[in-house]
Amino acid sequence: MAENKARLLQGNEAVVEGAIAAGLRFFAGYPITPSTEIAEQAAAKLPTVGGKFIQMEDEIASMAAVCGASLAGVKSMTATSGPGFSLKQENLGFAVKGEIPCVVVNVQRVGPSTGMPTSPAQGDVMQARWGSHGDHEIVALCPSSVEEAFRLTVEAFNIAEEYRTPVILLMDEVIGHLREKVVLPSKEELTIKHREKPSVPPEQYKPFAMDQGRIPGVPPLAAYGEGYRFHVTGLTHGEDGFPTNNPAIAEKQIKRINEKISSNRKALCKVERFFLNDAEVVVVAYGATARSARKAVKDAREQGIKAGLLRPITIWPFVEDALSEVKANLPKAVIVPEMNLGQLVLPVRRVMGDSVPVIQINKLAGQLIEPEEILSAIKEAV
Amino acid sequence: MRVELRLAGAGGQGLITAGIILAEACAKYTDLNVAQTQSYGPESRGGASRADVIISSNEIDYPEVKAPDVLVVMTQEAADKYIPGVKDGGTVIVDTTYVKQLPEAQSKGFKVIEFPISGKARELGREIVANIVALGLLTEATGIVPNDAVMAGVLNRVPKGTEELNKQAFAAGVEAAKGL
Repeated sequence: MAENKARLLQGNEAVVEGAIAAGLRFFAGYPITPSTEIAEQAAAKLPTVGGKFIQMEDEIASMAAVCGASLAGVKSMTATSGPGFSLKQENLGFAVKGEIPCVVVNVQRVGPSTGMPTSPAQGDVMQARWGSHGDHEIVALCPSSVEEAFRLTVEAFNIAEEYRTPVILLMDEVIGHLREKVVLPSKEELTIKHREKPSVPPEQYKPFAMDQGRIPGVPPLAAYGEGYRFHVTGLTHGEDGFPTNNPAIAEKQIKRINEKISSNRKALCKVERFFLNDAEVVVVAYGATARSARKAVKDAREQGIKAGLLRPITIWPFVEDALSEVKANLPKAVIVPEMNLGQLVLPVRRVMGDSVPVIQINKLAGQLIEPEEILSAIKEAV
Repeated sequence: MRVELRLAGAGGQGLITAGIILAEACAKYTDLNVAQTQSYGPESRGGASRADVIISSNEIDYPEVKAPDVLVVMTQEAADKYIPGVKDGGTVIVDTTYVKQLPEAQSKGFKVIEFPISGKARELGREIVANIVALGLLTEATGIVPNDAVMAGVLNRVPKGTEELNKQAFAAGVEAAKGL
């Protein structure tokens, strides 16, 4: 039989393919449904490319190992679901503070707590943003197809490397377990980015310099073992990495690690716009829910209703500008379907203010919102 | 064209594997789009298990099955649960080894194919290939994906050393569909 170029690939498998294409060479994890295939595939594939897979004793240790490996200069990732994501928060905060590039995949299932392991949810949107304590910025990306799971994993590594920051790939069980026909991009089609290495000799190296780096506020990162000895701590530190209680230095450093993300919002925030130009009703949906929204918008258009879809691909930082554009067109309503009690609807509502009514559709029990449910909300709104 | 297929039974019967094989054959050897999803409990054996496959000539937006055009049921529980949801005029393939009574089909004009799928697999040597017998039946009865494509898909996915048994199982399913 003649084979075509396409493959049948699962979302979770696509994450591993994307990660390895992006240069992943270290995975530490503690398998959990519905992310387990990511660990399985990483275990199978990493040894074949000279990488390492390690199953740790728990999620806390996994995240610590990922931080350590990344500081040794190796692109690193872990994958989990809600209960494990909770445990990873402490060291995720450490990665934010230590400015350690890494990728954390969260394939969301129904919570709270152990919830419904095999059923999809989008209940960790706010946890991704604020799960770790203290003022910090975070980058989170949200794929809505298998192919996009591949591409956004590559993107997650690129952002992690470029901005010296952890990046969350916020999946849901539907996309994690969905298998689709995909043609993956070739190596030549991909842009792979690497962290900036210091150009100064070890004795002059400041791992947390205020004013160095290709991207302002992102200092170059040496790898442990290359002769650059430096200190990494979760304590607030100065440019040399050693703890300080000096308020002036502390304020500057905390602002720097926040602003390196917030001031680059334009570059980081990606959306898909579908029939938005003349839309009288705009659906804002992400992840698997966006698939239903897309179908609902198509069906609405077939019935002569001017509906459109704004799909945040970047969940955090919030796609403020794209939403402001929607607001400027003064649609009759914005509809936000989510597999949670209403999380991303909060910043959407904040942007819309009193100008545009925001309608939410929420499902909690592990079922994907159906196109018909969104379509009837669209019809009601026009 | 959008065809929705569902294979339902108990965990351990290999129905998710069968769904993956069908979807993979479709992806690799046809021009059609395909999406495969599944539903299962936290247990690895026992409990309800379901594989869904959507085959479409268009982009597949909503990736889940709502009303299957084709349903394979391999337990009584699956038959009771899923037969009423089959699309009008759809096809229901029933493993009579385990399904003893069909629920009221509410005069929807289903085409019902009854065959002792698991019994046939046992006869061939191991009940574990019941999923491949079912796949043979499904492939031949629906004609959406060519038989040799699905057979190639079977050989891609089954463990080494079991190829011959799986070939026989697939052929037995195809034969059964032809004879009905």
